[in-house]
Amino acid sequence: MEEEVKLLGAWPSPYSYRVLWALSLKDIKYEYVEEDLSNKSDLLLQYNPVYKKIPVLVHGGKPISESLVILEYMEETWPQNPLLPQDPYDKAMARFWAKFGEDKGPIFMAIFVTVGEEQEKAAKEAKEQLTILEEQALGEKKFFGGDKIGLTDIVLGWMAGWLDVIEEVSGLKLLEAETFPRLHAWVQRFKEVPGIKEQLPDRDEMLVYYKKKREMFIGSVKP
Amino acid sequence: MADEIILLDFWPSPFGMRVRVALAEKGLKYEYREEDPRNKNPLLLEMNPPICESMIIVQYIDEVWNKKSPLLPSDPYQRAQARFWADYIDKKLYELGRRIWSTKGEEQETAKNEFIEYLKILEGELGEKPYFGGEKFGFVDVALVTFSTLFYAYESFGNFSIEVECPKLIAWTKRCKEKESVSSSLKDPQKVHGFVIEMRKKLGIE
Repeated sequence: MEEEVKLLGAWPSPYSYRVLWALSLKDIKYEYVEEDLSNKSDLLLQYNPVYKKIPVLVHGGKPISESLVILEYMEETWPQNPLLPQDPYDKAMARFWAKFGEDKGPIFMAIFVTVGEEQEKAAKEAKEQLTILEEQALGEKKFFGGDKIGLTDIVLGWMAGWLDVIEEVSGLKLLEAETFPRLHAWVQRFKEVPGIKEQLPDRDEMLVYYKKKREMFIGSVKP
Repeated sequence: MADEIILLDFWPSPFGMRVRVALAEKGLKYEYREEDPRNKNPLLLEMNPPICESMIIVQYIDEVWNKKSPLLPSDPYQRAQARFWADYIDKKLYELGRRIWSTKGEEQETAKNEFIEYLKILEGELGEKPYFGGEKFGFVDVALVTFSTLFYAYESFGNFSIEVECPKLIAWTKRCKEKESVSSSLKDPQKVHGFVIEMRKKLGIE
């Protein structure tokens, strides 16, 4: 019995894209609803009363919120093209790195909302996290998930589509190819994966969007 | 499958307690090793990635020892709800609770009010069910019940009563503590309170 799948998302949220990628990789039919986050719909407020945020996946009328929770649900409901390994230990490690990537998000975004010395400090911290990802999470593997992309790749996918825009707009480079050769190679590889390739936000449009946002943040930071 | 289980824990940690509850629920024997995170043991750092993050560990335990006392429901949608609320507890409660005992004045008051607000939301989610898991003790119950060891500390420093604000939640903690797996894993709130007093001294709060 095919139950209707709906995704409430918002461009260019990387959280939204995580679910779009999973839908694409698992070849699931869905209806996409673009939310205006400055004017949230009654539907969104009804489906996610706790956080009032996107993405929300609605399956057969039942809503699921929080991208990691959504991804786990999708994995269990549509097991084709699995994103998680079968072995419980490998699964736990995949979840660990996915959570690590998730938890460190604010550290990377810090360079976007700061200037001067504060920004330099934020950049240093961000590079420490990149080192951990490069050496311990990715290592010699093609993808974080091994030979094929998995949950962790999807959670870190923002590094492939968004990081270089954030870097350009913030005026500094974090993911230097010489310092992080493996991560750099992974970014190129990730962007070529069928299912991901067709679902990457337009770079020029993102530049406009994030430039505006940075101006807003910096404007509020100035004394 | 006679693999050894070792738990590296720090006694007042509500996160370590979650793992102890899960292991007890499954009737598993394990070796307990006390690790003070303020004194990083080199062995801890050397060990090849152990599984960290308490709810990831609980999920692992639930998946490997899946014949006894399942903690997550079998239906994917129910599982998603359980994961959502466990994540909510992790996101909202710990940091706020910390602010209640580590700040003063307006900051503390704000933290306290937000904390009560979030507890009330959880109380609403519990509803009339005996456990968050429904008829049986489950994943979300494990996630929240260990925080109850910190309630006495929060109440004494924040000067409020959780029982007055959220009577159903306190009734639920008492129900959980009737289970051997919970009562044997939770530390005495008075001792935890003592630990928090020590932490405050070390941080120079008074």
